[in-house]
Amino acid sequence: MERVENRVFIQSRTTLLTTGYVVGVCLLLTCLLASVALGVADIAPLDVYRALVSPDGSTEHLIIRTVRLPRSITALLVGSAVAVAGAIMQGLTRNPLADPGILGINSGAALAVVISVFLFDAASLDVYAGFALVGAAIAAVTVYGLGSLGRGGLTPLNLTIAGAALTALVSSLTTGILILSQRTLEEIRFWLAGSVAGRDIELVIQVIPYLLGGLILGLALGKQLTTLSLGDSVAKGLGQKTVWIKVLAAISVVLLAGGSVAIAGPIGFIGLIDPLFVRIWTGAAYRWNLPYSALCGAILLLLADIVARLVIQPQELPVGLVMPLLGAPLFIYLIRSRVRR
Amino acid sequence: MQKTKSSPFPWLVLRTQVLSARLDRRVPKVLLAIGMVTLAAMVWSVGQGEYPVPPLDVVRTVLGLPTATSDYGFIVNTLRLPRTLVAWGVGMALAIAGTITQGMSRNPIAAPSIIGVNAGASLAAVSLIVVFPGVPIAFLPFAAFMGALTVAVLIYLLAWNGGTSPVRLILVGVGFSLVAGALTNLMVTFGNIYDVSQALVWLIGSVYGRSWAQVLAFAPWLIVFGLFSLVLSRELNALQMGDDLARSLGSRLEWQRGLLSFSAVALAGSAVATAGGIGFVGLMAPHIARQLVGPSHEGLLPTAALTGGMVVVVADLIGRLLFAPIELPCGIITAVVGAPYFLYLLIRDRK
Repeated sequence: MERVENRVFIQSRTTLLTTGYVVGVCLLLTCLLASVALGVADIAPLDVYRALVSPDGSTEHLIIRTVRLPRSITALLVGSAVAVAGAIMQGLTRNPLADPGILGINSGAALAVVISVFLFDAASLDVYAGFALVGAAIAAVTVYGLGSLGRGGLTPLNLTIAGAALTALVSSLTTGILILSQRTLEEIRFWLAGSVAGRDIELVIQVIPYLLGGLILGLALGKQLTTLSLGDSVAKGLGQKTVWIKVLAAISVVLLAGGSVAIAGPIGFIGLIDPLFVRIWTGAAYRWNLPYSALCGAILLLLADIVARLVIQPQELPVGLVMPLLGAPLFIYLIRSRVRR
Repeated sequence: MQKTKSSPFPWLVLRTQVLSARLDRRVPKVLLAIGMVTLAAMVWSVGQGEYPVPPLDVVRTVLGLPTATSDYGFIVNTLRLPRTLVAWGVGMALAIAGTITQGMSRNPIAAPSIIGVNAGASLAAVSLIVVFPGVPIAFLPFAAFMGALTVAVLIYLLAWNGGTSPVRLILVGVGFSLVAGALTNLMVTFGNIYDVSQALVWLIGSVYGRSWAQVLAFAPWLIVFGLFSLVLSRELNALQMGDDLARSLGSRLEWQRGLLSFSAVALAGSAVATAGGIGFVGLMAPHIARQLVGPSHEGLLPTAALTGGMVVVVADLIGRLLFAPIELPCGIITAVVGAPYFLYLLIRDRK
């Protein structure tokens, strides 16, 4: 009897979550359409459709195909990638405040890009992307290496401490360079704030393999992450090769977060907050948490980007700064209402 | 006052009518050694610069004795001495605040910035530098302090939900730091480039160009709350053993925690207001001190304070020597030294 009830419960829950996902996808498509249509030059939804299907070479269609669409796609990809990377980090470190920043990815990328401008006069988004990816990877490998040197190997605490210390070190070096060279500061400060504006489609296409690879790897690890989030010894007791899962998860995070920072600069907030919100709805099972994180991350960044370009027209704000301003009040409200202890 | 010194015991006990303290036997020697190093670094630091002053003349000038040139008086006493004193005081304040935060939260990696003090002070100071560049620089410490205090109070109020909770306090602090950080970055991104450069120096922490006015404004905070913390240091020993044990030892828990938090905020806030966000001192100094004199807070607190003062004085000296005549803010030096020290702690604990 009990078993049957259990199965019914699980079935209804699965139905609920699946339906929710379909609704979410519809919401995402609406946001995508709005993101393409809204801006300084307002374009009717019907025109958007025509521009995509049968472009006639008019200015409006040109705007949509070369400016708006690449931007929206960037926002969508970066949003979901950063969110999934955050969710994986939270599972990996069993720390609800973890985000890809803990692996030093954003700060490593920032330092690499600042160095590229300071030493080699780099001045295009393509060059930044290459340096950012390399910097992110070096930082992540260093944090993993240092973290595994601590007592008990690669425990969540060791990882967090190593990451926090390295991040502090690397960001002070970045600030040091920016203080010494005003030219570098002038050149790079907008990139450092994180933005999806003005990314051309070539750049996005170059990074897509990294993001998709990371996304597939991450989603495939969902079940293992759920087990791992119960604790190292439990996971080992259940027969999991924890070291391998941790390494694979880290590779996925580096691909996702490194690829995102390469296109959009450091966008931090989504990776922290999105998986937390999603958890309320899906619970701790990463099989559901990861896909939902991807969906909600994309929606959030698309919406934030719309706000970023509409709020003080014709000036634009970097979306990396709009995100926390919109989201943090919600975050604080949630903590007030949900954290009892 | 009586001093008991019986050699089998590693303790030194000081008793007066009002207060008594039990110190680790190593404390006096360690304090003396740190004091000597700090003094030497200060003399070197004051002598160092575009117009070098020999060490002996530095000492003579400060003491008011006659020297070879009469220029020394202005250079040493007006230009360079206040800077070094600010570095020393700020280091002490940050270290005491760090010791209190770590002891209270029983978390060895807690730092005063957890309470959101740095975020608030940074936001206020950067707004002043970037948005109102016309306002005289003398207002900066005041604005930064008000920023720190406002954010600390807001966090406390918002985290209050029929009682405090350390977890909620930290999480709300994270939320506030994110908002304040985003606003600060907004100004860094769109502000006038010269103002932004100046703001960055302030954000990373520097004692460049501090004058007697700042020393005098900061000293009362350090003296009052430093002594206050020393008096309370005994309670930290009880608090560190856990809430239940502290309560059964007769600690008035919430009251003492409140007092300790208040003095930590006052010390960190006034330090950040005076010299910007110098990182890692509040984190590092208590650890070094614990290695030197052990975990009992009566001895730990003064040792950590002197260690912190020494660290900032030396960091400032290194920052001026390294790429002279270009000057690096001392906050960069403390981070570059502090982060590896921290990683060293992580790896050492392996054994």
